[in-house]
Amino acid sequence: MVGTLYLSATHTIFVENNPETRRETWVLHSMVASVERPPTTPSGSHLVVHTKNFQVVQLLIPQERDAMDVQASLARLSQKYSELYCLSINPNANKEEREESWSFLDLQADYRRMGVPNNLWVSTPANSEYRVCDTYPSELFVPKSATPPVIVGSSKFRSRGRLPVLTYFHQDTLAAICRCSQPLSGFSARSQEDEQMLEAIMKSNPGSDYIYVVDTRPKVRGHWCESTIRILLYCVLMMIISLQLNAMANRAAGKGYENEDHYANIKLQFIGIENIHVMRNSQQKIIDVGELKTPSMGDFLWGLESSGWLKHIKAVLDAGVFIAKAVAEEGISVVVHCSDGWDRTAQACSVASVLLEPYYRTMKGLMLLIERDWVSFGHKFSHRYNHLEGDPKEVSPVIDQFLECVWQLSEQFPCAFEFNERFLVQLHRHVYSCQYGNFLGNSQKERRDMGLRERTHSLWPQLWKDRAQYANPLYRADHTQTQGMLRPNTTPYCFKMWKGMYNRVEKSSPPRQTPTDLLTAVREETQQLEEELTNHQEVAPGGTAQPGTKQGIQTRSRSAPNERCSLRPIYNFINVLLSLLITIN
Amino acid sequence: MEFAELIKTPRVDGVVLRRPFLPTVEGTLCLTGHHLILSSRQDNTEELWLLHANIDAIEKRFVGSLGTIIVKCKDLRVIQLDIPGMEECLNIASSIEVLSTLDSVSLMYPLFYRPMFQVIEDGWKSFLPEDAFKDLESMTEEWRLSDVNKDYSVCSSYPPLVAVPKDVDDDTLRKAAAFRHGGRFPVLSYYHKKNGMVMMRSGQPLTGTNGRRCKEDEKLINATLRAGKRGYIIDTRTVSVAQQAKARGGGFESEANYPQWRRIHKAIERSSILQESLIKLVEACNDQSHSMDRWLSKLEASNWQTHVKEILTTACLAAQCIDREGASVLVHGTEGTDSTLQVTSLAQIILDPACRTIQGFQALVEREWLQAGHPFQQRCSQSAYSNSKPRCEAPVFLLFLDCVWQILRQFPCSFQFSQHFLVLLFEHTYASQFGTFMGNSASERSKLNLSQKTVSLWSWVNRPQEVERLSNPLYEANCLVIWPSVAPQSLLLWEGVFLRWKRSSRCLDEAYDEMVHIIQYNKELQNKVNNLRRQLAQLETEEPLLQTP
Repeated sequence: MVGTLYLSATHTIFVENNPETRRETWVLHSMVASVERPPTTPSGSHLVVHTKNFQVVQLLIPQERDAMDVQASLARLSQKYSELYCLSINPNANKEEREESWSFLDLQADYRRMGVPNNLWVSTPANSEYRVCDTYPSELFVPKSATPPVIVGSSKFRSRGRLPVLTYFHQDTLAAICRCSQPLSGFSARSQEDEQMLEAIMKSNPGSDYIYVVDTRPKVRGHWCESTIRILLYCVLMMIISLQLNAMANRAAGKGYENEDHYANIKLQFIGIENIHVMRNSQQKIIDVGELKTPSMGDFLWGLESSGWLKHIKAVLDAGVFIAKAVAEEGISVVVHCSDGWDRTAQACSVASVLLEPYYRTMKGLMLLIERDWVSFGHKFSHRYNHLEGDPKEVSPVIDQFLECVWQLSEQFPCAFEFNERFLVQLHRHVYSCQYGNFLGNSQKERRDMGLRERTHSLWPQLWKDRAQYANPLYRADHTQTQGMLRPNTTPYCFKMWKGMYNRVEKSSPPRQTPTDLLTAVREETQQLEEELTNHQEVAPGGTAQPGTKQGIQTRSRSAPNERCSLRPIYNFINVLLSLLITIN
Repeated sequence: MEFAELIKTPRVDGVVLRRPFLPTVEGTLCLTGHHLILSSRQDNTEELWLLHANIDAIEKRFVGSLGTIIVKCKDLRVIQLDIPGMEECLNIASSIEVLSTLDSVSLMYPLFYRPMFQVIEDGWKSFLPEDAFKDLESMTEEWRLSDVNKDYSVCSSYPPLVAVPKDVDDDTLRKAAAFRHGGRFPVLSYYHKKNGMVMMRSGQPLTGTNGRRCKEDEKLINATLRAGKRGYIIDTRTVSVAQQAKARGGGFESEANYPQWRRIHKAIERSSILQESLIKLVEACNDQSHSMDRWLSKLEASNWQTHVKEILTTACLAAQCIDREGASVLVHGTEGTDSTLQVTSLAQIILDPACRTIQGFQALVEREWLQAGHPFQQRCSQSAYSNSKPRCEAPVFLLFLDCVWQILRQFPCSFQFSQHFLVLLFEHTYASQFGTFMGNSASERSKLNLSQKTVSLWSWVNRPQEVERLSNPLYEANCLVIWPSVAPQSLLLWEGVFLRWKRSSRCLDEAYDEMVHIIQYNKELQNKVNNLRRQLAQLETEEPLLQTP
């Protein structure tokens, strides 16, 4: 394609020269992951733009100087908060709409839907103004028997003050899922308050006499004899830390997991989800697999295996399955943590919720779940998804893996989810895009301090407005798959590479037949027929036809939701920096 | 009856049957000449009727006097029988072993089977070459039906009637046959209506090391070319394999003698390698204790998916030469009875919408596999579990079905049938009550007089209720050429066959039912609305009449 490249304040826009099609390609600046400029060739300078949702745009620019300018501009534009798309929209233009958009989801209502607060779990004001933990939401639910000193004491004993609090309550069994960060137990440190806290959690579930403590990290091999190993350990401590041997290093550094001798009635369970660094590398490998040019079957399968990606997805799903089974089948409450309790813990808790609760398999339910387990509990969105140039070691595809678990589940249970794959892909896109304020910042407190509710719009009502295109035609609220808990098969052969995410290349080729689209069309037609049928039937018994009802139904013109429409005015502000010859592969 | 000698213990009580996804059943085990039957004699439990021919291997184990027989079936199912009494167990096991490996064709079940359903249309007469040729005649006059092979003397694996270029006489055909492996001279496989190009198939030319040539063979295939046009020869073997074949009297068409043809070599594996691949794949699928790494590496090591990709790629190439390049194509490997047929039949599925219907697919299997002389009996006498050394066994047809499934999955609306049809064909090629897949060629089937003595599978399939069961609810006739993606990411493991007995398909079946429901409901409403519209129109025309006094 040959065309003209425009750089606006928010987008890179490529418009094809062909006057008939004038195809446009828009890339949001904040979606740009990297811009490479391979050595200049006689035909011009290449620019390879990688986006954060794994698309690749290749540009050929005739003048080297122009290419360098574009590269430099993109590098600047994609890294400024003040120029982030969500903040550059004038929020006062429709103030009411904006305020309404933020009240679209009500987390407290979702807790009430779960039956919380009740006589077992109560809301505590301990964290108002984020006094106890600045990465937690201000409103927390704790066992009724947990006194303020216990809450404060427990939080002091937990990494970054992230004490055990309720995230999900199962009304049928009265078992709960609680989340926290690792205890600062070191080799022998203990905290009575923290022990009392876990005791209180156990007692909040009247039917059981123990709880599971799920450490989502890989377990340290072998049994320790602390006294003999301690000296040795300190010698290799520095080395271990540099190797990031997870729980082992953490323990030596004064962090770790609960000592079963100190905590009565707990059962420790290690799950073995790897850390963010392993996941980052693994995802890079699977992206590479998706971008392989004409690989052989062997190359592909080997790449898939050596990326380890599906292994990690399986680990996350297994963690969710363990927790869900404990809660629903055994009726045992579970306390989940990893190190800081904002990555693997968020994954494990939210997967468990999806498995346990049909509501979280609906569009609104999944939005609420992300709002609760990820947004409100301080998943570090800005760091993990590199919204601004930050520490590359902080970046990791944590929520990508959660969304993929949901996708893998939807492949096993095609009727269980209200939404289709497109919904998940769209969610993934917006986690990275910064087009809305939802995922900016790293905690509720940060978002409040930034005044995001006043300065940006919320994504959720936008998705809801477009729900027709995200609907799964096979979903029926009264279907057996929709009811109760999902029990997925997690044998390795049940996992597939998510082509819709990692193989976008194929997406650019002519669209193939998808049953989803066909069935959606059929259902829409069915609905129209139903309407027509009622129209006819209203008339038929009387025997005389009213003139108005003759046509039956009019073709409904659904205005295609087009988010670009609203961007049209931006065209006026476009500085036409360059008018260039470009090819896009 | 002679079976009686082989059955030492015809029945045992108190046998416990365990099988995938079904509740355990306790009942009486009976052995007959052709079946292993287990019945609890209660109305509400399902009985097991298993053809001995479906048994691939058995294993026995003993704990005290309780014996256990693990029965591994050719359709890849594994069932377990707990038999009280050591002697009974040993007797049953040895009987099963003998009965499941009987070599004598005259004892095979289809010769004994009497249909319990009404045969509406005799499948043996549904797809006669004469009828297929009538379609061709309506499109072109350049071809004729030759009966040079009427007594199977020119080529033992060809049917009595074959389509050849009109200008080539039978004498030329005989001489060309002498130059081709197994007498398989080039014959018409497919005529592409859109541009009049053709696909032919044959055995390899017998050039040998000293480069023998055959003018008649050259004349025969050149007769299919338009003036000034070049054709493509697709050799399913690699160059080096084809070179090696020369030493054994085989070979390939040289540029010097076939200047109007461009030869392309592909790399579809020989049958013994395919069998090994199947065994490895099934083993990988059956071990549920694998870690992700081990599963993926075993899947890769089986090479099954590589074969699928290679076969599909070659079929796409043949289809491309015909449809995009506008050239005629000749396909062959060594014998021309295995990889050749995979390629020619898949190319037709890509090119010809008729092959994607239920009837059309049967016609394709009949034409390109049964009539074309694929040795079904040899290839399908053992499956993935058999302990005995494979002789000629190979999952050639199963690979073809797998490839069809891949295309079906990529074009879910373009096929009139669902994957159930493919699974059904897989089952019946390995063990069946029907005579369709018996024998290795048309000549063997006619010697056994199967069309008189057995029932055809097509007679069963073409009954309305079965057609409905095999139909694809999403089907919308698509007259276009469909180009499948052969990228590894696009090719999946065929769960419907390889994981069929390993993971429950309940949720996927439910989704399928839901899909059927949505579409049926839509059709019902359409009918209702159309009816009402008609009534309304009627009322409107009648109304003025009613109002006149």
